[in-house]
Amino acid sequence: MKLSMTQAQRKVRTKNLWVLTSLVILIVIVFMISMNTGYIKLSPLEVVRTLFGLGTAQQALVLFDFRLPRIVLSILVGMGLAVSGCVLQGVTRNALADPGILGINAGAGLVVMLFISFFPSTTDTPVFMLPILAFTGAGATAAIIYVLSYKRHEGISPIRLLLTGIAVAAGISSATIILTLRLSPENYQFVATWLAGSIWGSNWKFVLSLLPWLIVLLLFVYLKANVLNVLNLGDLTAIGLGASIEKERRILLAAAVGLAGASVSVSGGIGFVGLVGPHLARQLVGARHQVLIPTAALTGALLVLVADTIGRWILQPSEIPAGIVVAIIGAPYFLYLLSRLQD
Amino acid sequence: MVASSELSAPKRSRPIRAIIVLFGGMLALLLAIGLSISFGAADIQLATVWTAVFSFNPDVTAHQIIREIRLPRVLGAAMVGACFAVAGALMQGMTRNPLADSGLLGINAGAAFMLAICFALWPSLPYLYVILFSFLGAGLGAGIVYGVGSMSRGGLTPMRLVLAGAAVSALLGALSEGVALYFRIGQDLAFWYAGGVSGTKWIHLQVMSPWLLAAMIGAVILSRSITLLSLGEEVSIGLGQRTKTIKVVGMVIVLILAGAAVSVVGAVGFVGLVVPHLTRFLVGHDYRWIIPCSIVLGSLLVVLADLGARMINPPYETPIGALIALIGVPFFLYLARKGGKEI
Repeated sequence: MKLSMTQAQRKVRTKNLWVLTSLVILIVIVFMISMNTGYIKLSPLEVVRTLFGLGTAQQALVLFDFRLPRIVLSILVGMGLAVSGCVLQGVTRNALADPGILGINAGAGLVVMLFISFFPSTTDTPVFMLPILAFTGAGATAAIIYVLSYKRHEGISPIRLLLTGIAVAAGISSATIILTLRLSPENYQFVATWLAGSIWGSNWKFVLSLLPWLIVLLLFVYLKANVLNVLNLGDLTAIGLGASIEKERRILLAAAVGLAGASVSVSGGIGFVGLVGPHLARQLVGARHQVLIPTAALTGALLVLVADTIGRWILQPSEIPAGIVVAIIGAPYFLYLLSRLQD
Repeated sequence: MVASSELSAPKRSRPIRAIIVLFGGMLALLLAIGLSISFGAADIQLATVWTAVFSFNPDVTAHQIIREIRLPRVLGAAMVGACFAVAGALMQGMTRNPLADSGLLGINAGAAFMLAICFALWPSLPYLYVILFSFLGAGLGAGIVYGVGSMSRGGLTPMRLVLAGAAVSALLGALSEGVALYFRIGQDLAFWYAGGVSGTKWIHLQVMSPWLLAAMIGAVILSRSITLLSLGEEVSIGLGQRTKTIKVVGMVIVLILAGAAVSVVGAVGFVGLVVPHLTRFLVGHDYRWIIPCSIVLGSLLVVLADLGARMINPPYETPIGALIALIGVPFFLYLARKGGKEI
């Protein structure tokens, strides 16, 4: 009996390893395609040669200064948003939770827009400030949504949380449009593309400003995987197993908000990644967070990378924001999940 | 909603108050229209507005401005407001869903989507036919939302419908933006993001008027049956109403109203949510009064919003949808918090 258990476990582990490896391979493939997508055509061989420093100066410029930072950013943003969604779903035990749908992205966006209005992106902006500012915006919004959807005796029902989030997101987006138009009308176009979810900060300094946050928060969430597993079992079980749930829940929520805020501070307000990524991952590897979190990070990265590549490929030389492409995939998925959700 | 006396009090209709609201509203509307015409890049005296309307002189520049730009615009705003408000009132009455609004339930997004397709494929199509596409799109949006809602395990609860509406709006909005970008018809992004009546021409009003007139008359004729329906489907059937027919006719009217409005202003939400609730609060629960009063108050709201949109930050125009959302969102949150049960 014991032997067959370990065998089954080993089987699961091999399967999970396969899933993770395939995802990485897929990301590498899309990465190569994406490197090749754009106004200046480069063959895969040229891409590889340039990556190893053997290309022409022009090829190096295109790859290293334009395409590579953007691709890296897509991957990072996808990871951040998907893991944020994964944590939100685990903590609120709400299958439809996503930082975009819950309005957290919009809150971060408002702060980012105000910042950009005062420090236009053409000047030497203190970019490293962006994730911190976005975190405060996202955190304030999350707190507002929590308060508004909390009802004494009833707690927070999944549907009311979502409705509140959607409404708050709509309100904040409107406020963003009005405020930025008033502060700096020339930035209106920027706000519009931000709202549509474009990967805008395609520059190494944005990558560098985002990277430390993502590493710290992703690691932190990963180390808390067991807590997420326990929280998933329900409050009573979690208490029984000795978790101080309210404290853990708040810390994890803060981490999720931080991940979402930091991610959208350098990309546009991309929704649905935090919804689709974790759900796909759960289908692939199950609900154990030790495996689920890395898988969700990879599916999220793949999703945003594919969306950004499609968006750039379909309409050369201009582009369709990644957020639009993701919404076209994500919204039907949300509807599907909604039809299966029970009150 | 505890004691029966409290229950019966707001259900009463209040004809005297309704008449006061109706005439007071019309007076305020006329005043707002006058102000709206006189305010703009070239300031025009109210007296000039009067003469431009009643003794037009083509040699006076101010008269030309009023006739060709400001008058159609303000009349467009008034019509659009009336449309959204009555559509919302009908939906709230028929489905007893306090959160019903053509914007929240995906109808506006559907109409905007078909408009995007129409502008993309047949850019020179006369408005006479464009409006038909808008109706079709309104039907598409409503169809998807109700389809998803009725497939849900939890049934057609108000909150679930709004969630489905939000997802469908996100999907259709993303598709519209994609189409607009792909066919390069998105010059006026505000139209897709937050709406605006600045482009209204006489031809729009001419084409819209017969549809609106028919729809409004239909709504007034239906109003008695809607009042009975709003008491509950069983009550309505018990009183000998053919509820199916009423609902179908009512829905067609809603689609015409919302479709026509969106074809002029874009997917602006919340008018149909706020105005009927306000009207119900003022004049009671009799739809024979609610519908005419909604026409007047809806027009007033959008005319004022349009005026505000031009006054906030001249010479730029703030998107009107964003302004209305700032009023609508808190109101929505209040309604959603009440549980979405009472109407």
